[in-house]
Amino acid sequence: MSDEVLRAPHVLEYAYTRSVGPVIGRFFTGLRDQKIEGIKGARGQVIVPPIEYDPQTAESLSEFVEVGQSGVVTTWAWVNEPRPNNPLQKPFAWALIKLDGADTAMLHVVDAGAEANMKTGMRVRARWRTERDGRIQDIECFEAE
Amino acid sequence: MSDPMIVTMPIRLEYDYSPGAGRSRFLRGLEQGKILGERCHVCHKVYVGGGSGACPRDGVPTEEVVELPDVGTITTFCVVNVPFAGATVQIPYVSASILLDGADIPLMHLIQEIPAEEVRMGMRVRAEWLPEGERIPSMDTIKYFKPAGEPDAAIDDVLKRMRADA
Repeated sequence: MSDEVLRAPHVLEYAYTRSVGPVIGRFFTGLRDQKIEGIKGARGQVIVPPIEYDPQTAESLSEFVEVGQSGVVTTWAWVNEPRPNNPLQKPFAWALIKLDGADTAMLHVVDAGAEANMKTGMRVRARWRTERDGRIQDIECFEAE
Repeated sequence: MSDPMIVTMPIRLEYDYSPGAGRSRFLRGLEQGKILGERCHVCHKVYVGGGSGACPRDGVPTEEVVELPDVGTITTFCVVNVPFAGATVQIPYVSASILLDGADIPLMHLIQEIPAEEVRMGMRVRAEWLPEGERIPSMDTIKYFKPAGEPDAAIDDVLKRMRADA
């Protein structure tokens, strides 16, 4: 009998079905129509992606505001070896992007080709998928403007 | 307001799993139609089910391999009445701890070929194997345990055998 230690792939998968709620639901629906919407907070600041309650006062928020499709990279991390479930199957950056008209930054992906092309403060623009179904991946990534 | 948006968000984890040396030996034994346990040279207890390859009480390697019979006694059991996704067995079914003859720790397995309400502590059961040629290094190689057709064991004696100080 072989003494070799066994190995086998083991996949653990949960297919969660969930409601995203009224605010993110509207945000996702907007993406399908190639529109990025934030929400106005209690102090008038624009929060993107929108949230249901103000982070300071906890009051319920409802005033949606469309923001720009371009913005500024506020911080980023380069991924040299993408994982199978990553949005791009080539080296890319995870980045926080403050869209024009927004007061908060949103996490997304920048397709910059090489790490040397990434810079905090660089301007990027959304690249949309042709087929959109109301999810964050409807924006394929951001790219240098 | 429109209907709430429902999304499917799969959470998926891909493991490259290794059962380690002790459990690999146990699983390879199953592939050959054998149930292999291992004996501690300090307390002489026989562990089965593919442990770590060490005695949990004495902390020494359990290097002596012992082939065990595929017959044992039900020490405790649970009747499953709740169906769940991916289940392949019809409810109600019984999952039981089975103390194989010569072992000091029970194995957990399915009990079949008997109505759930007739399963009892002390019942003697025997492994039902996949046919030769279909056996793989997996617990699934034993399909289930079924009544051995022997008189029940004296459960108190059986439970005493599993005590740490026995």
